[in-house]
Formats: sequence, structure tokens, C-alpha cells
Amino acid sequence: MLTLVGEDRPGIVAKVTQALYRAGCSLGEASMIRLGGSFTIMMMVRGPQTPEGLTQVLAPAVEELGLRLHIDPVAGGLHRHLVPNVQVRVTGADRAGIVAQVTGALADAGFNILELESDVAGDPQRPVYIMSIQGYSGQTVEALQQAVAGLGAEGMRIDISPVETLIG
Amino acid sequence: MAVLDILTLPDERLRQVSAPVTRFDAALRDFVADLEATRRAGPAAVGIAAPQVGRFERIIIVDVSGKKRVANHGYLVLVNPEITHWEGFEMGREGCLSVPDFTGNVIRATRIRLAARDPQGAELQFEMEGFEARAVQHEMDHLDGLLFVDRVVSRRTDLFQRKVYQKGGEPR
Repeated sequence: MLTLVGEDRPGIVAKVTQALYRAGCSLGEASMIRLGGSFTIMMMVRGPQTPEGLTQVLAPAVEELGLRLHIDPVAGGLHRHLVPNVQVRVTGADRAGIVAQVTGALADAGFNILELESDVAGDPQRPVYIMSIQGYSGQTVEALQQAVAGLGAEGMRIDISPVETLIG
Repeated sequence: MAVLDILTLPDERLRQVSAPVTRFDAALRDFVADLEATRRAGPAAVGIAAPQVGRFERIIIVDVSGKKRVANHGYLVLVNPEITHWEGFEMGREGCLSVPDFTGNVIRATRIRLAARDPQGAELQFEMEGFEARAVQHEMDHLDGLLFVDRVVSRRTDLFQRKVYQKGGEPR
């Protein structure tokens, strides 16, 4: 698992992936997104190199683009998707602790987060925190709603709905 | 009845535009039976389209009646379907027999009006919404050589709850 972070600019993905391609690596699942002013990459890479060798392969791109690189050997593989069956949307006036409270209540109910995206919107004087979670739960939506019921009073709007994946 | 082979990505034939059905005969009805057997043989599909089994005619099957709490018209065979009206849009997660091991979020119309023919050639009209309307739109895309992967969107485009409009266009 390769993690790269640096100040956002055009060409980061192209330069990094070209270096990997030339070194004979294959890419798997990846998440690449601009967060704040930074561009972040988390990417599954398979190749003949050791982690040290991979660091060398990427060194020119890392240096030129001012990236920070982290490599974790992982045992994971492709085709291990879990399909989410529950979506949780949270909005509220921004304050510390929203994520901790909501995900804490969900974790206690056995909810497994598969994807979480969050953002701060609104104007800088009145920021609004927005979070969208997709995950898997063996419990009903009603049970999860019960689990977070106490948090509504904290000024958050929490919407939990089933995700019915259509196969056609 | 026979279970037919399903074409999967990157098979270029899935990109073909299918032709309208002109003969509503026993051969068509036999094919529909095979298509339904194929849908049922796979992993819990709520619909299937003829081009997914390599027959490039405008025929789809949709049946969402197995889903809990979903408004539906039961088992539907729709020949030469046309959407005559649509309103609203919402995001939902989709997968496809022709795209194994991948699901993604797609925006579809919430409510549609639909004209089609049945396997005998009789005219059909439906108003449908939600999951059933989504299934019809997903299957109809196959008839035009489109797959849901052509329409996948990031959840970031839909972080806000949509406004819900009542009939007449007034925000609730």
C-alpha cells in the first residue's frame, strides 16, 4: 500500500504512475483526492521490487513534486469488495467531536465503515460539517437509528438509510 | 428453457445499439423464457436485457417484487420500451451481471412514465418510481450500448440531501 501526499499541482498522478509503469508495477484499487490544498494518493501496487526498491523507483517523482511517500507491505488483494448496505449522512454546525461521537455509536452497534467522506462547507464564520458514510451492518436500519438517537440533540442531523444495490 | 451465456466487460458487443422487435411470435416468447431463466440463474438480479446474452433486440425483463418495501408492478417483460416522461433524480448503488465484482453510484430519474409492448405485441403503459424505475433505466441503457459504469459518479457530487418536491413543484 503506497501513500503519497503533497501540495496539489497538475501532473502528480501522471508522473507517479508513469514511474511505476516503467518499473513493471501494476496498480490495483486506489483512492486519490484533493484534501485542503494537498493531493493525497492511497494505492495498491504490485511489483517485483522490495519496498526499498519501490522507494528508489519513485524517488525522482517524489523529489520533483515535493511528495511524502510511505510504503506498507500488505497481504491484501483484489476482488475482496464488501458491498455496503447502509448509508449514513451527517450534517451539523462544525465543532470538534462529531465524527468521534457518530462513529463511536455506530461501532458499538457493530457497524463496519467501508467509505467515509467528509467536508466542511458553509462560510468560514458559520462552517457546516458534512459527512457521508457507506458501510455494512448486520443490524437493521432501525437499530442503528436507535444507536445514534441520543446524538440528534447535540445539534446534528443524522440520516441513516438502507443502500439497496441494484443488480441488473 | 435454457440458461444463456452472459456477455461481460470488455466485450465490445455490449456497446452495440439494439434494434426494435418487429415480430411478436413464438420465437420471441421462447427467447423471453430463456432470458428469464438466465436472470434467475445469476446472483439476485432484478433485471436483464437481451443484449446481455448477445441478442441485439430491444427486450428487457424487470422484476423488483422480491425486494422488501419497494413499489412495483411485478414481473415485467418490456419490448421496445420508451421513457415518455421523467422527473426528479436520485443517486443509488448499482451493479450488473455484465460487470462482475464492481458496484458504483449512479444518478437516475426518480419517476418515469413508460410505454412498451408485451411479448404478444399489446401496448403497455406504466408509471413507476424509485427502485423499479431505476431498474428499467439500467436495463434500457443496455439497449443503447450503455453500461452503468458509463454513468458512475462520485458521492461528493451528492453530499447534500436533495430537496423533496411535491407535485406542483412546491418545495415541501
